[in-house]
Amino acid sequence: MARPACYIIGAASTRKSRGHKLSDVLATIFGASSLELLSFQPPNGRGLSLLHGLANSVGIAFGSFGVGLVIGIGGAYGKLYGGPVVRDLLEVYTTVVRAVPELVLILLLYFAGTDLINQLLTALGHAAIDINGVVAGIGVLGVVQGAYSTEVLRGAILGIPQGQIEAARAYGMPPGLLLRRITLPAMLPFAIPGLANLWLIATKDTALLAIVGVNELTQTTRTAAGATKAYFTFFMAAGALYLVLTLVSNVVIGRVERWARRGMPSIAGSH
Amino acid sequence: MAAAETPVINAAARASLWMRPHRIVLILIALVIVLASIFLMRWDWLPTYLPLALQGIWRTIWLLVVTSALGIALAIPLGLAQVIGPPILRVPAKVFCTVIRGTPLLLQLWLLYFGLGSLFPQFPWIRESFLWPILRQAWPYAVLSLTISYAGYEGEVMRGAFAGVPKGQLEAARAFGMSRWKMFRRVWLPQAIHRALPTLAGETVLQLKATPLVATITMVDIYAVASRVRQDLFVTYEPLLLLALVYMAITGILVFGFRRLEARIPNRLG
Repeated sequence: MARPACYIIGAASTRKSRGHKLSDVLATIFGASSLELLSFQPPNGRGLSLLHGLANSVGIAFGSFGVGLVIGIGGAYGKLYGGPVVRDLLEVYTTVVRAVPELVLILLLYFAGTDLINQLLTALGHAAIDINGVVAGIGVLGVVQGAYSTEVLRGAILGIPQGQIEAARAYGMPPGLLLRRITLPAMLPFAIPGLANLWLIATKDTALLAIVGVNELTQTTRTAAGATKAYFTFFMAAGALYLVLTLVSNVVIGRVERWARRGMPSIAGSH
Repeated sequence: MAAAETPVINAAARASLWMRPHRIVLILIALVIVLASIFLMRWDWLPTYLPLALQGIWRTIWLLVVTSALGIALAIPLGLAQVIGPPILRVPAKVFCTVIRGTPLLLQLWLLYFGLGSLFPQFPWIRESFLWPILRQAWPYAVLSLTISYAGYEGEVMRGAFAGVPKGQLEAARAFGMSRWKMFRRVWLPQAIHRALPTLAGETVLQLKATPLVATITMVDIYAVASRVRQDLFVTYEPLLLLALVYMAITGILVFGFRRLEARIPNRLG
């Protein structure tokens, strides 16, 4: 949606065309010369740091979504084909992660994870390291995403006509090949709506990493807004960036879904 | 007699199925972990912070109930506008839902608190109004942004629910000579809510998980209490573990409550 952008453009155009009254109000809302603050020229403009934050956010979202997918495939296999202990442990994992707020999980995993890695390093005789915020963010959000995608993929695998998997087994197909050739492609159409939701959640959950100081979009926005006092300008601009990310994702998801469902009958109601 | 006995047998069979040997071992291991964390970790701060923690839990629940109730009250017109509204209502409702669902809640919260909060003092008439003592606190912004967020997500859910009520039901209601308002109140809304209830349960759990964000704008909910313990005493894990436990308990109660609510509505499986 173009609301933030059109406000900003409106602020610029009204300042020229109409009288002083409206431009004064807008200047109060956005702070004087707020457009300059968003430009890419380094001394005043902070557009570049916002874009850098956006790049970090997208990177974290991609990474954590990927980590979540890997965990999810393993988790779904474990839940469906694993032994009783594996099943129960996975049940505990998905239940706990889905019941506890992401914010609490991020803090717990962030502190515990960095702590554990450093203790391991010192135990092995290495010096403690400062873990990169982006990498830590990917790991933490990946564990969260993993719980949700376990459930999505489990449902999707159950959606495959089971005869296909049995047929592949009857042909003596080894499990790895069966996963690659039958299970993953056949479950994709069932998994994509859920995975699309998870991707959108991943992009928005990156904002929570601002709490632990990871330099992603919300954090850079807060820094820039705090330094210039132009809170409205920067938060609106960041909102517009997140929105663009969501809308672009929706377009791409639509394409991917059409590709994954190729050759299948269209869903009832849509065409 | 037989009909009365079967459920008992079923329950016993289910219990024996549930209590398999590996489960007992897992429960014992879990017990050992719980006991170890009780005796090996630092919990001496708990009595001091207990009143504050209880107040925090109360505030979290209060926030959840108020924002969910206000949010659903907003979501019903939003969903309705998207289904039968004229374009002048439909388009803004659609845009509102898209914007709210497309941006992170943390950003919306900070936009309202820091943005509006820094804006209001610049207008003297706001500063002099009777609302000013309220607007200077954090909770109106927290309630507003959580309500808007819930309304945005639920508006979309209610759109699907309203659209999903079979046309024949509404035609039958009209054939009975019901007025539009009575038809909405007696047929359309109850059936839509019935359809949306499972989704609403999940969304309310998500709303609960969104409440700790208000701690970032200085509202003292249970999450903020845990953060304060961490900053005061440098104990990191214990308050966070307790926090996870509290949220899991509230989630359990919510899920149980919604299941009871769903069970009250008769459901005929085709």
